[in-house]
Amino acid sequence: MTDEVLKRISSPERPTRGGQPRAVDLSNVHKSFGSVEAVRGVDLAIHSGEIMAFLGPNGAGKTSTIDIILGLSQPTVGDVEVFGMTPRQAVTKGLVAAVMQTGGLLKDLTVRETALYTAELFPISRPVDEVLKRAGIESIADRLVGKCSGGEQQRLRFAMALIPDPELLLLDEPTQGMDVAGRRDFWKAIRADADLGRTIVFATHYLEEADAYADRIVLISHGRIVADGTSAEVKGLASGRTIRATLPDADETALRAIPGVDNVEVRGDTVLVHSRDSDLVARRLLNETNAHDLEITARGLEDAFIALTGDAADEPSEERRAGK
Amino acid sequence: MTVESTLAAALERRPPPLGGFTVTIVRLEVRRLLRNRRTLILALIMPVIFFLSFGLNTSYATDKVGHGNESAFVMISMALYGAVYATASGGAMVSIERMSGWSRQLRVTPLSPVAYIVIKMLTALVLGAGAVGAVYTVGLLTQKASMPAYLWVTTALCVWIGSLVFAALGLFFGYLLPSENILQIIGVTLILCSFLGGLFVPLKQFPSALQQLAPYTPLYGPLCVNLM
Repeated sequence: MTDEVLKRISSPERPTRGGQPRAVDLSNVHKSFGSVEAVRGVDLAIHSGEIMAFLGPNGAGKTSTIDIILGLSQPTVGDVEVFGMTPRQAVTKGLVAAVMQTGGLLKDLTVRETALYTAELFPISRPVDEVLKRAGIESIADRLVGKCSGGEQQRLRFAMALIPDPELLLLDEPTQGMDVAGRRDFWKAIRADADLGRTIVFATHYLEEADAYADRIVLISHGRIVADGTSAEVKGLASGRTIRATLPDADETALRAIPGVDNVEVRGDTVLVHSRDSDLVARRLLNETNAHDLEITARGLEDAFIALTGDAADEPSEERRAGK
Repeated sequence: MTVESTLAAALERRPPPLGGFTVTIVRLEVRRLLRNRRTLILALIMPVIFFLSFGLNTSYATDKVGHGNESAFVMISMALYGAVYATASGGAMVSIERMSGWSRQLRVTPLSPVAYIVIKMLTALVLGAGAVGAVYTVGLLTQKASMPAYLWVTTALCVWIGSLVFAALGLFFGYLLPSENILQIIGVTLILCSFLGGLFVPLKQFPSALQQLAPYTPLYGPLCVNLM
């Protein structure tokens, strides 16, 4: 399954920038913690200027991979290059910055002091007031971090990440704990940034964020990349549509026999039929049964996500079961 | 400027000089320490109160000890306790930083581990200077403590620089015990060491077994040096 998917979608072609190194280059990266293999052979090239979403269930290896790109951990096997150098070199030059999921702040510093502290660490930095303004927290600059809400702290993390004016920004679940308006503003700021040529990689649980804001989606499951492409391409992997109808006493076997149907689900009086040929299913249902209230929907990114990362879709999961 | 040229320029950036160490950071760290009310009370105010209560007692304050009097001896002891508490808690803050993920955040910056330790040490020394300064100032103002002028200077310096060893102890504790309660643990440990080292009560008043033990406790040595 994995190979087939990767064959169908090749990494999207981007204009290269006059032979300049790629933002991130992972080749055959493995990472083990004791007997647990968190990352199992990831090859990933991120071009500069891309906005890439990293999707995957918990424990898929997203954070392990991000840690390797940041130089926080070393791969057990494989090579990592960030802008053609080691991750630590890239960090030392201020080329890489990250927004962590939680923590990473001191409660007894104010918002401005935290930003100032960060700015002092980098050889080149944006003015503190400017980044606070861009993150929308200049009005709470003198508040202690411990007294800020989760959303405000998240914006502070974002402001800190903007300070070195990094070429690559890594965001691990950046909008967790933000309200809807906060999330929208956050992504607006990120978009504006990406237009200036910054490379952005974010891990998220919000599929709609990946759908709306990423040029490229990389799906990771059990430590392997299972899909890599634009949002439309990844969605296309879970082909077909879902037909939903009210049909008491549905004959599941008969429905499954309709050509193109790959799944039938009966929930009380409601049937859900997944099929590559939704027209045929609809015609049969309406003509040959007393089905009513018919609805046909295209499968979204979420279906692709479930189809591609679910245990049934994955060969490594069998290894896991066998190992236990 | 085009996107290409900004990237090319960015790739030419240099790492920060001194591994990311700056005076502003030390200033921010000191401000952080001073915001912690408990540290402030235990390092700066308590030793002064102890000196005022035990160092000025007319029945023994002017008794001769070494080259000075008993009052001067209590002053040095209290300054030592304050300085040691200040530097140890400065070091122990590493524990809180590790727990909050701040250390991890710092690892995604150019800050080098050596620069980080130097920042912590200097922060501890600044607070230590505050502790020594507070007790010695009160000692001068109350006019009971008496010793040769050179000893005022050398004892203050000895106590201050000597207390740096305890910044290392604080760092050690901080890396060993990731806990919000680290400062309490440090506080209790140091009070215990101070008693055993004879800072609070003269060793002569201890049972002989404890007197035998005293030379092996960490706060015994510095005080002997000060009495020479």
